[in-house]
Amino acid sequence: MAGLPKRIIKETERLMADPAPGITATPHDDNLRYFDVTIAGPDGSPFAAGNFRLELFLPEEYPMAPPKVRFLTKIYHPNIDKLGRICLDILKDKWSPALQIRTVLLSIQALLSSPNPDDPLATDVAKHYKEDEKDAQRVSQEWTQLYAK
Amino acid sequence: MSDVEYSDDDYYDDEDMYDGTQDDADDDGMDMDNEDFQIDAGPKRKPYETEHESLSQAEVERLMRREIEQTRNILGTDESVAGLLLRHMSWNKERLIEQYMDNPSKLTDAAGITIPEPPSPASAAPVRSRSSRPSSKPLPHKRPSPSKKDEPFVCPICFDDAPGLETSGLDCNHQYCIGCWTAYLSSKIRDEGEHFIRCMAEGCSIVAPDCFVHASLLRDEPETWPRFKELLARHYVSCNPSLKFCPHPGCTNTVSCPGASSKSSLLSIVPTVSCGARGIPGQEKGPDSITVAREHKFCFGCPIDSDHRPVICNVAKMWMKKCADDSETANWIKSNTKECPKCNSTIEKNGGCNHMTCKKCKNEFCWVCMGPWSDHGTSWYSCNRYEEKAGIEARDAQSRSRASLERYLHYYNRWANHEQSAKLSLELYKKTEKKMEEMQITSSLTWIEVQFMKKAVEEADKCRETLKWTYAMAYYLCRGNHKELFEDNQRDLEHAVEELSELLEQPIESDTIPTLRQKVTDKTVYVSKRNEIVLDDTANGFLEGRWKWNVHVDGFDDPDPADLAF
Repeated sequence: MAGLPKRIIKETERLMADPAPGITATPHDDNLRYFDVTIAGPDGSPFAAGNFRLELFLPEEYPMAPPKVRFLTKIYHPNIDKLGRICLDILKDKWSPALQIRTVLLSIQALLSSPNPDDPLATDVAKHYKEDEKDAQRVSQEWTQLYAK
Repeated sequence: MSDVEYSDDDYYDDEDMYDGTQDDADDDGMDMDNEDFQIDAGPKRKPYETEHESLSQAEVERLMRREIEQTRNILGTDESVAGLLLRHMSWNKERLIEQYMDNPSKLTDAAGITIPEPPSPASAAPVRSRSSRPSSKPLPHKRPSPSKKDEPFVCPICFDDAPGLETSGLDCNHQYCIGCWTAYLSSKIRDEGEHFIRCMAEGCSIVAPDCFVHASLLRDEPETWPRFKELLARHYVSCNPSLKFCPHPGCTNTVSCPGASSKSSLLSIVPTVSCGARGIPGQEKGPDSITVAREHKFCFGCPIDSDHRPVICNVAKMWMKKCADDSETANWIKSNTKECPKCNSTIEKNGGCNHMTCKKCKNEFCWVCMGPWSDHGTSWYSCNRYEEKAGIEARDAQSRSRASLERYLHYYNRWANHEQSAKLSLELYKKTEKKMEEMQITSSLTWIEVQFMKKAVEEADKCRETLKWTYAMAYYLCRGNHKELFEDNQRDLEHAVEELSELLEQPIESDTIPTLRQKVTDKTVYVSKRNEIVLDDTANGFLEGRWKWNVHVDGFDDPDPADLAF
């Protein structure tokens, strides 16, 4: 694609050549700013053994503006809502142009390991996590088995 | 017209007046002396006027520089550090000095300023352990990998590795290419309106000093620098309760009004202020220059960007909220047509005057109350007063609510009508202006001889603004002698304004101009006087605590249960 910044080309090359463990990101052929992403649920978390699909889009302003990332697989997590939108500071006000696709996806993977119900996006899930963490984790596990195959 | 007078030195003479910070009793004493002196020397301020000064952006910047200079002298830092510290502390100089004296490095860390530390690792260690939070805040002097001579520099943002790439960085020494810095700063300033811009490195808290921002923008984006300076001035203004930025689009002036800086002052004054500019910058030379170039009037105490005298901010806000809540009814009322009370023809109002004559049946009536006009032309004029419905009807709950709605509609109708009339009279003026221009060409009339129209339209416009808000006030005023006197004044003003409006709609012919001019000029003077009486009386009423409300108003005593309107 003509006019694609060097930054995006290089990042894509590195992602393909040296992918982060448990993470894949593949650009679409017809739009090199649009990526199909998969993240493996981290071991030891209720999302373990799940394979989560996400979409990632690099806006025109990237890297001055953060990439747009969304879960496509249903997930029971206090910081991810029904539409798959993610509440993560580096995707909003804590974005820095020095961050990359790889670091963003690693941060999302880390968010799966350590949900933060004090800063919730899905308020009902967050309430569940705060009141009965064990039971909430059980639901997360169930959903992982149901949807993230 | 809105040109800012940078060269005007008058403002600087008594600069101490604008010193919004806590310079203690000494300064206050001086200010008092100044005020006394001004009252003796200048014309006396009217009770409904609030003393205020307009400041251009350059003057605000002068005030900022002065504060930075003072802080710099006290703290012994350089100018850039003092400026960043003040911005970090929301320009609260006292708290800044207190916290700085307490623990300077803690404050400079929080404000994103690097203080040169001894390079020995021993002194860096305690800093590391102090920040126990898991945040990955790097040490101020932690260098990224020092670039080796043989390896070419690659910008970590754009991955450009061209030889001889120009780079720069803040005190944290995170190096990026100039192009990325410019794009980053510009996106922060333009897209996010940010003036406190941190380093591009992830988690780095070092803030870019002004000189760095300037240098980075200078070459490729010089047009972004003024925007940055405006953001700085706006931040300073927003931190100072006695300053407010002019809300009119495109205006960069600031108004200083120390008399209205506290919440309690707003219970007794309506601080209508003006930044001195008119119209929209850059559009002064449009075809409608005179009529469109309205003065930048706004209320210092609330977000209403027009003159809402005589009613105080709290009550004006209640009224606006009520009107918004009742918007469905309001929409219905606002429909621009009414039916002739005699022949039921649908009539559209096409001028500012409320004296209607039906084209079909020649019936003359008042647009507002739909009653015959003959009652209005003489001393029986009583269109402004709502006649409370008889008590029998009020016993029935349904009719009570109907009466309450009717009561509201009475006031709302008149409120909305004055707004509409003001708009229409401006349109009428545009037409008249054109006609007068033609007459200057075809007859012997001079420019000066037709100026009376402009003054009259402006005065009528001003009075309709007052009248509009008197209805909001009357709606909430509790019944009694004071309200009746208020409504008498309101009626006199309304009557006079209607007469003036009617004069303005008379056809202009060159042979009748001298008489018309005399009449209009006399009426304008009279109307202006009536307006002053209304504003004077209400302003004094607030100062004396004379006004009582029929609903709860923050800051006032609760109304007597007998006075409750609803």
